[in-house]
Amino acid sequence: MSAAEPVVRMQDVSKVFTSVDGDRFTAVESLDLEVGSGDIVAIVGKTGCGKSTTFNLLLGLEEATTGSIELLGHDPHTEFDWFRSKLGVIFQTDRLLPWRTALENARVGLEILEYSEKEQNDIATQWLHKLELQGFEDAYPHELSGGMRQRVGMARAFCLSPEIFFADEAFGHLDQSTARRLREVFLELVTETRKTCLLITHNIHEALEIGSRLVILGRPGRVLADMETPTNATRAEMAEFEDRILDIIENNEVVG
Amino acid sequence: MESDAPHTALPPAQAQEAWHSRLLGLMAARKEPIISFAVILVAWQIASLFLPPYLIPSVGVIVGAFVEIVLDISLLGDVLITMGRIFLGLVLAFIIGTVLGVFMGFTQTVEKHTLPVLHFIMGIPALSWVVFAIIWFSHVETRIAFILLAGCLPNFSLIIHDGIKSISKEYLDMLRAMRPTRKQLFSKLILPGMIPAVLTAWKVNLGLAARVVIVAELVGASRGVGNKLLLAQELFEMPKAIAWTLVLVAFLLITQLTILALENKLLRWRPAKQGGMAT
Repeated sequence: MSAAEPVVRMQDVSKVFTSVDGDRFTAVESLDLEVGSGDIVAIVGKTGCGKSTTFNLLLGLEEATTGSIELLGHDPHTEFDWFRSKLGVIFQTDRLLPWRTALENARVGLEILEYSEKEQNDIATQWLHKLELQGFEDAYPHELSGGMRQRVGMARAFCLSPEIFFADEAFGHLDQSTARRLREVFLELVTETRKTCLLITHNIHEALEIGSRLVILGRPGRVLADMETPTNATRAEMAEFEDRILDIIENNEVVG
Repeated sequence: MESDAPHTALPPAQAQEAWHSRLLGLMAARKEPIISFAVILVAWQIASLFLPPYLIPSVGVIVGAFVEIVLDISLLGDVLITMGRIFLGLVLAFIIGTVLGVFMGFTQTVEKHTLPVLHFIMGIPALSWVVFAIIWFSHVETRIAFILLAGCLPNFSLIIHDGIKSISKEYLDMLRAMRPTRKQLFSKLILPGMIPAVLTAWKVNLGLAARVVIVAELVGASRGVGNKLLLAQELFEMPKAIAWTLVLVAFLLITQLTILALENKLLRWRPAKQGGMAT
């Protein structure tokens, strides 16, 4: 992690949901996290450990019950509008608007930023081409395969040239080979743009493939371990590392 | 491919053959409704041979009365007046109903207060509104507009409210992550998202409005299909009563088809099996 001011800082963050019957459910508890500029961090954890809540908190879509969250020195919830064009998000499902073509979906963020129509189309077309979707600009989402739709979703995020990328289980529902290819493309593009990236996943392989740092979340959402991803490790060393991660997740206890 | 070229000129004999096969194809595709209507017509014609013409006039007489209405500009004017009332009432109900539906979709307080009232209003029969309108208003057009509004407005509001509620929160979060203005969120998500509901509301309400307006015209209107039906009943002219009904139904079908065409254009993004015409 860089010594400079962190791009993402979560301090003692908790999120408690209260149902209509008054039942309280703690999704995130005393979560601390810092991510430096240009870091590619994978947040990994079991289903139901508060990953999606953490993701929504970081995007400012939910308000933390206690603690403070800062992205680029600003609160994503209370300073909601400050983050125009600063966050690029790739979701678990493509979330393409069904009434828009691939090109129209890719450029939606640029429309929000009020770019000229020519700029919108030029930038969106350029990204669609980079993601190997030339010839499909005018196709509606239902005419595209799952992998292609996810690529359009990626183009939509990259079009914005955001400061921080977020990916929430972005490749989880795709078949293995498509997911692998898309992960490669994603990592290549993120590295190329030198942007900070937070990837949330339950897939350890995916976390190791993309993240240069690994943050393991336990239930309810808190950091169990924070470690560098091994580089130049042999296959056996990597398998051992994966086993260690699995143990940490299973034990659900903070590792010193 | 040659067969794909839309303006390829064919020799006359071949063109006629192509036209025939197209016609046969079209008839084959519409085989079931053609058979159903043919059976009804034959049964009617047979009944007319055994029953007095003032009860069951022959098909020929009905067609004659129908043609008379369509060819007579003054009579056709009555149909247009009725259609005009339907459209005006629907547009008014649509505007107010949409505003209410949108407010209900976005504000829980409005939703909680308004929904039960709208469901209650939906339960009131059209004839009750006719009675209320006669007591409350003296002007005929005001009465008709009121009856239409009372009959159709709740429908518009409820369907549009449902349409807004059915817009996925996933899309909302996806857009909100990009920080749109309220106006942008409305134009990029809510408006296109509620178009299917708006079209459904128009289709449902068109039929409803036609039924309501005829009842409304029976009381006090000096022109319009309802008035002509009343005259036919007073003079015991069954052919005219049927012909007037048929003319109105024909106009409504044309309007329904126009809405369907519009739907196919506006909802072309839907997969074919969902967006296709129901006929």
